[in-house]
Amino acid sequence: MPQMLLELKEITKSYGALDALKDVSFDVEQGEWLAIMGPSGSGKTTMMNIIGCMDKPSQGTVLLDGRDISQESARSLTTIRRDSIGLIFQQFHLINYLTAVENVMVAQYYHSLPDEAEALDALKRVGLEERARHLPNQLSGGEQQRVCIARALINRPQLILADEPTGNLDEANELKVLELLRELHQEGRTVIVVTHDPEVAQQARRTIVLEHGRVHEIRDNALAHQA
Amino acid sequence: MQAKRSMFYLRTVFASLMRRRSRLLVALLSITIGATILSGLVTIFYDIPRQMGQEFRSYGANMVLLPKGESGTISPEQLEAVRAILPTDDVIGVAPYRYDTIAINDLPFIIAGTDFAGAQAASPFWGITGEWPSGRNQALIGREIANTFRLEPGESVVVSGTNSEGEPFEKTFSVAGIVQTGGQEETFVFISIDDYGAVVGGEVAFDIVEMSVTSSGAGLEELVTAIGQETEGVTAQLVRRVTQSEDTVLSKLQSLVYLVTIVVLMLTMICVATTMMAVVAERRREIGLRKALGATNGSVVLNFLGECLAMGFVGGALGSLLGFGLAQLVSLQVFNRTIDFPLAIVPLTIFSSLVITTLACLLPVRNATKIDPAIVLKGE
Ligand SMILES: Nc1ncnc2c1ncn2[C@@H]1O[C@H](COP(=O)(O)OP(=O)(O)O)[C@@H](O)[C@H]1O
Ligand SMILES: [Mg+2]
Repeated sequence: MPQMLLELKEITKSYGALDALKDVSFDVEQGEWLAIMGPSGSGKTTMMNIIGCMDKPSQGTVLLDGRDISQESARSLTTIRRDSIGLIFQQFHLINYLTAVENVMVAQYYHSLPDEAEALDALKRVGLEERARHLPNQLSGGEQQRVCIARALINRPQLILADEPTGNLDEANELKVLELLRELHQEGRTVIVVTHDPEVAQQARRTIVLEHGRVHEIRDNALAHQA
Repeated sequence: MQAKRSMFYLRTVFASLMRRRSRLLVALLSITIGATILSGLVTIFYDIPRQMGQEFRSYGANMVLLPKGESGTISPEQLEAVRAILPTDDVIGVAPYRYDTIAINDLPFIIAGTDFAGAQAASPFWGITGEWPSGRNQALIGREIANTFRLEPGESVVVSGTNSEGEPFEKTFSVAGIVQTGGQEETFVFISIDDYGAVVGGEVAFDIVEMSVTSSGAGLEELVTAIGQETEGVTAQLVRRVTQSEDTVLSKLQSLVYLVTIVVLMLTMICVATTMMAVVAERRREIGLRKALGATNGSVVLNFLGECLAMGFVGGALGSLLGFGLAQLVSLQVFNRTIDFPLAIVPLTIFSSLVITTLACLLPVRNATKIDPAIVLKGE
């Protein structure tokens, strides 16, 4: 049996009377590429926040690498987040007064040690060595997203979470970003991508479809490919 | 290893300050203004007791010499004897006066012979339009006389009267300046003691001598007693009005300076706090992101505190220099003299503005630590 990186057991997240997530259970294998789909408001971001140790479920347990993160204090969640998770956002969230390379170094700063040479390597890897000294507002959307990816991979996290990473990008940039995610996956990292785009979802081995906070369907894309 | 972290920390703080400077300008400006006023007032205040000693003398004489006995006047020799009793450094000005009545266009006024250099030193508060007389046949006339006869500096005035021999005289003086004091001097014609002797005649002697000396309080009283005992035919009197008000005014001024300083520092703090509140609100996403990347509350605080302290330092340094400029300006305008740069004011001002900005940052920074990292994914 393959090792499970993530096990969600009957997760419910309530905001007052509203259940953003309701009895959600699924497992993610070490090294898997998982896509999450669903209409707007179906709870995808809420789930990413819980998996990403930025929020806690109202009920249920989440095991990350065997550790129950639904019971941890805010402080140890910070540590787990820092050490094992790389985040990629739809809005990039680069710090606007820091250059590309400095933005990557911020992740190193909180994780271990800022190392400019290493940060430049990461930018080179996403094809931005020429743009390392530019400020975010001097970069295109696609370039900003690649800086964001360089920042997410710099600390070699086990788990990469991307919430609609291509949502704000044109087709060409979308392809580049997908290519980078594929490479990360091939290196053995576990990748969870939230997307609206069926093409993006197709890249993943499995797709989980949420609807009204519940798991509506779990699709096995590998089988679909074979068919 | 830690050095690498600290270097990067400083690099980001510096980048934030430099690349977002327009946002921080208001805060920096208010810190600078606060620090300027603080250091300016402290500098002036530090200098004031020294200034005031001189300044109160400037509000006129604090001692007068009057004749005692038959002669009815003070001779130059008697005046010399008095001066011998006073330490030379303490004497700011000695203004001897000899009076007589005269007429200008048949209107009665008083003519006063004096030593203009001494009068100027003893009465620096006199407002002069034109110049102090500098030679023979020049007069300083009171404002009231000037107004009555529409006289301007450079014009001439004819005075008539009876000299010491009982013979009538008429003499033309050129008006060097017009004096304004708010007092009886405005109805006087002042001429040099030499002109007085030539026109009015009689032996050189004075009706009254006004003196300005630096001692005050008990020291001054001792001098007065000494003069009365040691010189024949002269008594000295204190001009109480000035000497006694000195301490009261000084302490009132002191509390005023404290009050103004406290108010200004409070205003600075409020301004910095509001700016930092806005800065934190504006940087919610950045703070959320930093937390999502693994920043602890402590390191978020460190980031903002670093920026606050940097602004406090720069504002304090600028303020201590500008404050000296302010103090110098005030001193020149009000006291008509320069002050030395008190070096200790620089660290004092910088330290105070660091304290003020840190206090002002506490609340905004506390808000920053409350920001939830989950906002970065939600894209609020
Ligand atoms: N902090 C919150 N407070 C109240 N309701 C929330 C909060 N966060 C999310 N929700 C609600 O939870 C539901 C799921 O939101 P979300 O996970 O952002 O959906 P998705 O990412 O799939 O569009 C939505 O109805 C949303 O309004
Ligand atoms: Mg969402």
